[in-house]
Amino acid sequence: MGNLIDLINISKSFDGTLVLDDLNLSVKENTFVTLLGPSGCGKTTTLRIIGGFERANKGRVIFDGQDISDLPPNKRQLNTVFQKYALFTHMNIAENIAFGLKIKNKPKAYIQDKIKYALKLVNLDGYENRSVDSLSGGQQQRIAIARAIVNEPRVLLLDEPLGALDLKLRQDMQYELIRLKNELGITFIYVTHDQEEALTMSDTIVVMNQGYIQQMGTPEQIYNEPENAFVADFIGESNIVHGTMIRDELVEIFGSRFACVDKGFGTNTPVDVVIRPEDIDLVSPEEGSLKGVCTHLIFKGVHYEMEVTTSDGFEWLVHSTDMCPVGKEVGIHVDPFDIQIMNKPASEDEEAVGVNE
Amino acid sequence: MSKKLLSGPYLVWMMGFTVIPLLLIVYYGLTDKSGAFTLANIISIATAEHSKALWLSLGLSFISTLICLVLAYPLAMVLRKRGVGRGSFVVFIFILPMWMNFLLRTLAWQTLLERNGVINGILSALHLPNQSLINTPGAIILGMVYNFLPFMVLPIYNVLCKIDDNTINAAHDLGADFYQTLVRIWLPLSVPGIISGITMVFVPALTTFVISNLLGGSKILLIGNVIEQEFTRGSNWHLGSGLSLVLMIFILASMALIAKYDKDGEGTAF
Repeated sequence: MGNLIDLINISKSFDGTLVLDDLNLSVKENTFVTLLGPSGCGKTTTLRIIGGFERANKGRVIFDGQDISDLPPNKRQLNTVFQKYALFTHMNIAENIAFGLKIKNKPKAYIQDKIKYALKLVNLDGYENRSVDSLSGGQQQRIAIARAIVNEPRVLLLDEPLGALDLKLRQDMQYELIRLKNELGITFIYVTHDQEEALTMSDTIVVMNQGYIQQMGTPEQIYNEPENAFVADFIGESNIVHGTMIRDELVEIFGSRFACVDKGFGTNTPVDVVIRPEDIDLVSPEEGSLKGVCTHLIFKGVHYEMEVTTSDGFEWLVHSTDMCPVGKEVGIHVDPFDIQIMNKPASEDEEAVGVNE
Repeated sequence: MSKKLLSGPYLVWMMGFTVIPLLLIVYYGLTDKSGAFTLANIISIATAEHSKALWLSLGLSFISTLICLVLAYPLAMVLRKRGVGRGSFVVFIFILPMWMNFLLRTLAWQTLLERNGVINGILSALHLPNQSLINTPGAIILGMVYNFLPFMVLPIYNVLCKIDDNTINAAHDLGADFYQTLVRIWLPLSVPGIISGITMVFVPALTTFVISNLLGGSKILLIGNVIEQEFTRGSNWHLGSGLSLVLMIFILASMALIAKYDKDGEGTAF
């Protein structure tokens, strides 16, 4: 299967500030791709360039093999769901949904069918004559989605569509979006800063920071095998420590040696080591590779969050369903495949990015 | 109680300078010189002279309002697009003439348009034939448009500024080109501002007598001039009041229009 969208060497700056720098991104047909990153990372700009609302200063946008870089939004075969829904307040729900179809001069009966179908799809049957103002935020968002999909776009662009909704509604809508994507069989490009949202819904996650793609992969790859400290830190919580790769499959952290599964870093190479808090097993001091004292304990509902301070002063974040009282001496054990080795950042800039986040 | 006291001065003002004069006009308008009730003052609008002035006023005001709208809407869109804030320089430049005395501004046009005025002077210097510019309906329309244009721009600009960029983007996204977006999104969403602007231009244009005095000479009588003359030269306050009441019907109709379309006061200019 070929790529549906290719972004080639895209650069964009606003008032001299570089927002995207030589970005390359390919999106396959019928996938759910999420652009994930902190605010100002360029994810929304990327989406707006695909939608045609921004022109890239450099680079090309290829859609289904055709260069659409210079096409205005109304000539592109994709539709957008905007952050604050952007419904037309002077029209009722049916008129909102019908807007794109009326512009294309579709027959009346066809439009009526489409409105019915779209409202059913977003679980809002019978809302045709309601006014926009009478709808809740979640309902308005569904209408915004309905308004976009009746045009049968090949790609739906979603710009933080759930940002304004409360937690419970947001979770419901996440499942709704996955269902919609599967029913429609089209490509979704989704922008969010919420890593949980990204992990739940995506086939592919593109982690961005400061105008660069940091890592691209499946949710499992992004979470389990972050390529750098930024990704590790941004996606979920993690312990990032300095280590030395003694040789293949053996890393030294704070003077203790841990077996791991990574290879190819050379011998005695300084590296960053990522260990997820839920991957740390607290054992008796004798059994552990590192010894420490539990210094913090918070009950989080699903699990306990603990901090274990080792003799070198590092505070390990530990998630576990087993409680360890504050002040108790424990050992830290990590299974080899739970240790993720990353190259040290090449430049100080990159490092600064990781630390700031 | 104390809050009611605070509104006291204003209530006194309103009674003294709005309500009582209004009642006086109604009284004068509905009586003859002997003080007896009559509708003759109002019916006199139907006389050839008066109805001609009224129709001319309505016509010129309508044309001026239309020109203002055509000039103001694109200007308001440009101002919005450039993202100029309310305190910006462009808006300031635009409002600046409004701080100059209305009479002076109109007198300036008189000087420009006169038979031996500036414009004809330039035409002569270029060996072009002189034009009779002053004392024409065109001169009055020019004066109206010049004086009242800001009252059209500001309410429209205010309403346009409240339209979210993404609403416009959404229309483009759904396939609408510029004109389709203008007709289906921009215009319907700016109706409150347009109605406000129309009223704020149409009402003063309909009632003006200064502009027609200065730029129309004595040749062109608008209904405002007729009423003014009844009060000043004719000394027939009864007839003047009666005609004012007729004019008030048009003003009240405009107000009703605003109340209907601008419920949230969105188009309020100042």
